[in-house]
Amino acid sequence: MLLVQDLEVSYGNAVTAIRGVSLEVPDGAVVALLGANGAGKSTMLRAITGLLGIHNARITCGSISFDGRRIDGLNAAQIVRRGISQVLEGRRLFADLTVEENLRSGALAARGSSAEQRRAYDRVLELFPLLRERRDTHAGYLSGGEQQMLAMGRGLMASPRLLLLDEPSLGLAPLMVQRIRDIIAEIHAGGTAVLLVEQSAQMALSVADTGYVLETGRVVLAQSAAELLRNELVRHFYLGLTEGEQASKVATLRQHRPQRRWA
Amino acid sequence: MADFITYSFIGLAIGCIYALIALGFAIIYKASEVINFAQGELLLVGAYVASYAMYTWRLAFPLALLVAIAVTVAIGLLFERFALRRMIGRPVFSIVMITIGLDVLLRTGVTVRLGATQFLNAATPFGSVSQVRLGGVVFNDIDITIIAATLVCCAALFLFFNRTRYGLAMRATALDQEAALAVGIDVRTVYAMAWGLAGAVAAIGGVLLAARQGSGGFDVGLGQSALLAFPAIILGGLDSIPGAVVGGVLIGLTYGYASGYELRVSWLGAGFETVAPYLVMLVVLLVRPYGLFGSRKVERV
Repeated sequence: MLLVQDLEVSYGNAVTAIRGVSLEVPDGAVVALLGANGAGKSTMLRAITGLLGIHNARITCGSISFDGRRIDGLNAAQIVRRGISQVLEGRRLFADLTVEENLRSGALAARGSSAEQRRAYDRVLELFPLLRERRDTHAGYLSGGEQQMLAMGRGLMASPRLLLLDEPSLGLAPLMVQRIRDIIAEIHAGGTAVLLVEQSAQMALSVADTGYVLETGRVVLAQSAAELLRNELVRHFYLGLTEGEQASKVATLRQHRPQRRWA
Repeated sequence: MADFITYSFIGLAIGCIYALIALGFAIIYKASEVINFAQGELLLVGAYVASYAMYTWRLAFPLALLVAIAVTVAIGLLFERFALRRMIGRPVFSIVMITIGLDVLLRTGVTVRLGATQFLNAATPFGSVSQVRLGGVVFNDIDITIIAATLVCCAALFLFFNRTRYGLAMRATALDQEAALAVGIDVRTVYAMAWGLAGAVAAIGGVLLAARQGSGGFDVGLGQSALLAFPAIILGGLDSIPGAVVGGVLIGLTYGYASGYELRVSWLGAGFETVAPYLVMLVVLLVRPYGLFGSRKVERV
């Protein structure tokens, strides 16, 4: 469904943040994008949804297509209308607007009939029953978990076929992270594909089908989620799991890492 | 007491004009953080076109007003489309300089048509200056009209911002531009709407301001009087639409009282009414540096 090929992105003609990345999100799949700070995860999402411009960045090479049609070069509003919505890192709600108004803002670009929009709205409230009670509350007064739910709900209001989530678990309590994970699984079950950017690899890989590991703008690993969970590099660097007998192996991995990075 | 009511009423009417002028500034600032220095000349163009349509084309006042609104809205939209759209993402300072360019352009345009010292009869709904007397207090028709027109404009804007999808898009964009882009709001349309709205309120404000100048009519200096609304904008908070209205009315009342009671405090000297609004502004800014309703910007370093 989404196909990124040999993508290169640079900021202000100077810093190349993405160096030839290819990735694919198949129809209805959940794909995780892992990596440390500055690896280029958010830049990837910005490139897909046409938000590079306001960050003074641009695609210098490669292509992005959705359903076989090129979408690089379209503006953000057109991309939302094609069926891709992004939930930005840090929720980015309209804090002075009510929960209801935030949700309605998510439907501003939607092309569907009012009946379809009604359905999207009902579905969002079904996924997040909590938002129904707090409809008239200002979004800024919600707790972190509630804000994340509202941000996801707002993204779903345009009835996207692909939802991009940027660090949905950031700053949330473990129990809330679990709930967000379950909600992602539910969105997935409803037929919406998800591209999930996460620092919490544990959470991401527990819900994803496949995953990509990004390091300084390059894909260093692309495997199924199950394989990634077994991968020692991932276990050490992204899951923080290092069993006693593997301690020595990790030492060698550490030495390997720079080479991988500059390969 | 009758004096007090008269001064309050005059002050309120002047304040309403300031409010209309301030609204134009606030709408554009809220949408794009640009102070539109051409707002005053948009008022002048509105007043000029209305007057021309009424006395040269012999249109009825409501039609003349509509023509004026159409022209200023068109100027706003064209300016946004052909000058500002290329500047999106550039430093705000450059954009502000361009609005000063538009200001000069519009003033020169009207001067060429009108002459630098020529006075023009203002378009007005009334044949001559008429007054309403109520228990010893005198109300001018034009002042009543101004207050009513401002109330209608405010109500219309309130409904637009709170009840329509375009209003929602504008408020969302003002709060967080990237988030607005991410949900698919076309930010260029939002800017265009802001300039269109600012043009519309400028025409209404300009026509009313010119009509209030009295029998002498108005000249090209009309645009400069928009600067009188500046304390109102700062006082209310640059990015607040209710703030523009409250600030305008406060400054208008200050002006009304200062000019009304001036003779009783003659030791202050003449012309105190022009200083008083700035004094009020200064005092408010000392207590609330962001204006009465302005949003506090926290910059973390």
